[in-house]
Amino acid sequence: MKFAVIVFPGSNCDRDMYHAIKGILGKEADLVWYQNSNLEDYDAILLPGGFSYGDYLRTGAVAATSEVMTQVKEHAEKGKPVLGVCNGFQVLTESGLLPGALMKNKQLSFLCRQENIVVENNKTMFTTGYEKGEIVEFPIAHGEGNYFCNEETLAELKANNQIVFTYQRNPNGSVADIAGITNKLGNVLGMMPHPERAVEALLGSDDGVRLFESLINNWRQAYVTNA
Amino acid sequence: MKQVTVYITLKAGVLDPQGKAIGESLHSLGFEEVKEAKVGKVIELTIEDGPNLEARVTKMCDKLLANPVMEDYRFEIEEAVQS
Repeated sequence: MKFAVIVFPGSNCDRDMYHAIKGILGKEADLVWYQNSNLEDYDAILLPGGFSYGDYLRTGAVAATSEVMTQVKEHAEKGKPVLGVCNGFQVLTESGLLPGALMKNKQLSFLCRQENIVVENNKTMFTTGYEKGEIVEFPIAHGEGNYFCNEETLAELKANNQIVFTYQRNPNGSVADIAGITNKLGNVLGMMPHPERAVEALLGSDDGVRLFESLINNWRQAYVTNA
Repeated sequence: MKQVTVYITLKAGVLDPQGKAIGESLHSLGFEEVKEAKVGKVIELTIEDGPNLEARVTKMCDKLLANPVMEDYRFEIEEAVQS
């Protein structure tokens, strides 16, 4: 299984993501610059955190218009996995791959700390390694992680089990304590907390490892055992 | 040439923590008459005049300049002043 970590100007968690895949999980990964890229050979696409284009206009808005996102959309339409973390989540909502938007934190401050996250749905390809209702510890590091959507969209998210992660103690004002959601199909996950920064117990938590393991195991079952 | 000014504001009912902080600061400066402050954006575009200008600008707003999930927009079109 081969991973692409997309690097935009201003991405800064790209190496953490790369380290999680290559260093911890021992899988193939490339850092892929957003220009002149070809994503055809990759099985999973990872959109890292950071401040793409300096958060100009709105977080993720400019990156969302780049050509590479057209390829990410095609990849997603085939049912292949896409994971966007932090700024990656913002890029996914701005590009329309996920519903809703991420706004400034309620209290206006940048939040950087460990946070307790509740696994609401353990049936996605990203979360089968967790128990439903399990509380895991991931760091958050964002100024604009306040998830917003209208009531209609929220009802839809709930009805389709698209809410994957919530905060145990809502830090930023997100609607329904939302920390991470998938698209309807379940193959595109966007989340504000950083599983890629929770892969070594020595550094505070290794709860994030199971997210990547889940993805790898589910991909293997879908594509290798059936091949 | 046309000068297009796009005004982007948060939709009614969307939390505006920046506006709230500004309102509170104005209060602390003694401007107690301020009931509400809201923060938005102004984007000025100089555009070559052509057919469907209004429709093209609407498209620009929908595709990039505003996020319809949380923002409303309106724009004004004027003759550009030659500099």
